[in-house]
Amino acid sequence: MVHLTAEEKAAITGLWAKVNVEETGGEALGRLLVVYPWTQRFFDTFGNLSSPSAIMGNPKVKAHGKKVLTSFEDAIKNMDNLKDTFAKLSELHCDKLHVDPENFRLLGNVMVIVLASHFGKDFTPQVQAAWQKLVSGVATALSHKYH
Amino acid sequence: MSLTKSERAIILAMWAKMATKMEEIGTETLHRLFCSFPQTKTYFPHFDLHAGSAQLRAHGAKVVAALGDAAKNIDNVSGALARLSEMHAYILRVDPVNFKLLSHCLLVTLATHFPADFTAEAHEAWDKFMSLVSSVLTEKYR
Repeated sequence: MVHLTAEEKAAITGLWAKVNVEETGGEALGRLLVVYPWTQRFFDTFGNLSSPSAIMGNPKVKAHGKKVLTSFEDAIKNMDNLKDTFAKLSELHCDKLHVDPENFRLLGNVMVIVLASHFGKDFTPQVQAAWQKLVSGVATALSHKYH
Repeated sequence: MSLTKSERAIILAMWAKMATKMEEIGTETLHRLFCSFPQTKTYFPHFDLHAGSAQLRAHGAKVVAALGDAAKNIDNVSGALARLSEMHAYILRVDPVNFKLLSHCLLVTLATHFPADFTAEAHEAWDKFMSLVSSVLTEKYR
């Protein structure tokens, strides 16, 4: 259960307001597939993933990245109740998608790095700490229904 | 695990850019580590860990200098970090999970300071480099 202070929540929502969900999602997912190539195992149908530039430019990667990040928006709107918010998605990732929850942690950290590269100095250690709590909470919530 | 030619080139190119900011990058990395992962402070009960503390700056500089040694001897990271590897195994005994946390915070720091250079390829090269350094530093643990 993640507990965020009022300042941490404000830091998160403040940054999120400036995020381009479509681009950031595509970039985060793309980087996951580049930096941790074994994660490509879930995306056999995505076409050309043969090089970093192929991956980062792949339209299916961008579309799916946008989907993932849009869903992340639910986390931001429900920071006090992540487990219920992601219950259905947790079941889906376990029963249908068969995704090892370690991948949620990897993607969360990649997202943090993407935000850092976009926001530079504004992504202060305190802002980062708030986001680390959130991505960790989302990863836990997405693992909650695993059996 | 070893780095490809292009991964090495990326690391060395970034290193050249980091040269004038080494203490700043090291200090910021540690500061981020302690903010995001407060449990890591348990290894530094003897330090003043407030932002800007002289100890934090000195230690940050030390850490980055060691990474620089690894980068300059990228063909033989094991050899370059042999002494540090022993230190971590027998004296410091930092739990291996913490190397991932420090590595992540270094990458976040690099991404904030060098956004244009920290491409997906650079991200991959640095993640792999830090993974290599981490495994060298823990290879004598048992």
